[in-house]
Amino acid sequence: MINSTPDIPVGKWIKCDFCGEILYKDHIRQNLNVCTNCGNHFRLSARRRINQIVDENTFEEFDADMLSENSLDYPDYETKLEQLREKTGMNEAVKTGVGEIEGIRTVLAVMDGNFLMGSMGTVVGEKITRAIEYATENKLPLCIFTVSGGARMQEGILSLMQMAKTSAAIARHHEAGLLYITILTDPTTGGVSASFAMQGDIILSEPNCLVCFAGPRVIEQTIKQTLPEGFQRAEF
Amino acid sequence: MSELTAWDKVCLARLSARPTTLEYIECIFSSFIELHGDRAFGDDKAIVGGLALLDDMPVTVIGNQKGRNTKENIERNFGMANPEGYRKALRLMKEAEKFHRPIITFVDTPGAFCGIGAEERGEAESIAKNIMEMTNLKTPIISIVIGEGSSGGALGIGVGDRIYMLENSIYSVLSPEGFATILWKDSARAQEAANMMKITAEDLYKFEIIDGIIPEVNGGAHNSKEETAQKIKEVLLKSIQELNKKSVKELQDERYEKYRKIGRRM
Repeated sequence: MINSTPDIPVGKWIKCDFCGEILYKDHIRQNLNVCTNCGNHFRLSARRRINQIVDENTFEEFDADMLSENSLDYPDYETKLEQLREKTGMNEAVKTGVGEIEGIRTVLAVMDGNFLMGSMGTVVGEKITRAIEYATENKLPLCIFTVSGGARMQEGILSLMQMAKTSAAIARHHEAGLLYITILTDPTTGGVSASFAMQGDIILSEPNCLVCFAGPRVIEQTIKQTLPEGFQRAEF
Repeated sequence: MSELTAWDKVCLARLSARPTTLEYIECIFSSFIELHGDRAFGDDKAIVGGLALLDDMPVTVIGNQKGRNTKENIERNFGMANPEGYRKALRLMKEAEKFHRPIITFVDTPGAFCGIGAEERGEAESIAKNIMEMTNLKTPIISIVIGEGSSGGALGIGVGDRIYMLENSIYSVLSPEGFATILWKDSARAQEAANMMKITAEDLYKFEIIDGIIPEVNGGAHNSKEETAQKIKEVLLKSIQELNKKSVKELQDERYEKYRKIGRRM
């Protein structure tokens, strides 16, 4: 019997969520994870993004071992975190550090959507704040790549307060006359869009990136209207 | 302390008879002059603000404004502000800074408004800007949570040197309904959610996020508006007296540290 289905090696192909084109993974990787058909940017892990952006062998990571605590006794939060650590190889939803971008020493914070939707709990807030403070003390520019579902509900009010903590650190970085660039990647929402994501001197965005305070589904449910096409996308 | 559950407090905090910002302003201050508009888009009636005298001291007062009935609530958008509300608040705060007036804010909102216009005009940006500016203003800020303090919409006028909560108010990262939806995909389990979210004044005091709890007598502020207002006034006078002794640098540094320590790791 001849098998009628063609022999496609598993894991070699990837579908673009935006244009639907089936693409060869190696081509996409060579193209910095941008769709070769429509230019859509695929979501990237923090590790891969740092490798793309920072000059080789110049990145020093900060606070890689910092772990979240379950201050609210939220059910199964520790288990969930442990599973995510195993799955993603990261301890939390952001990587921070200092490195060179084309020779310019820059402090970076790169969020990762694979870790609880890049939500901001106390560790994300603390790592980002420390990175900002390092930039201010050492008179360095700061780049933050955002991707986030917002404040992390498992840490409740403590997560909400990270918005004020990070913003206060950004205010001091601004006051020192230093450059702060934010790069919004898909999706940047909630407590992160309502704090450091929107406080850059320059705010860049990947194409077709969802940028909003309240997500489209929440708005549709609240106002019972269908939203205009392309609403809340970077180009809107 | 009180034997009410967190959910009981959610219900009290949302009670339509609960005194609103304008009612407290009337009880606490004299000569309140309301100022309107963000000078860019419009006047958001979900946030009120203006100048007032606290005894004989000029202050700037800003607060989320809910309605007391359906008609008023439609006018006030149920206390859910649009970006122009936050921008009006910031404009008034910058003015207070210029004239070295203390700022007093009353927090009482189910959250910032989720709507098409709010997103188009930059809800996230307006809140982000307020939070950042408030962390660094050169004048004292005292914030009182009088009812519901929910999400970034509350924080957008809620950053300060002193934060107090009324005994039956709540402060949370999102509404118990939202929390239950995310956790169990069932907003009807809000009561269960409220009781595990740690949103009462006592919880926030334990977390060292707020500086104190203002008691409500007779089963809640709706039964004791005058007494509650009087207690708020005492807290305001005491706080302003303390804060007025500080230099601008001390104020800014202490405010920075107040937020810096939340979730700090050594």
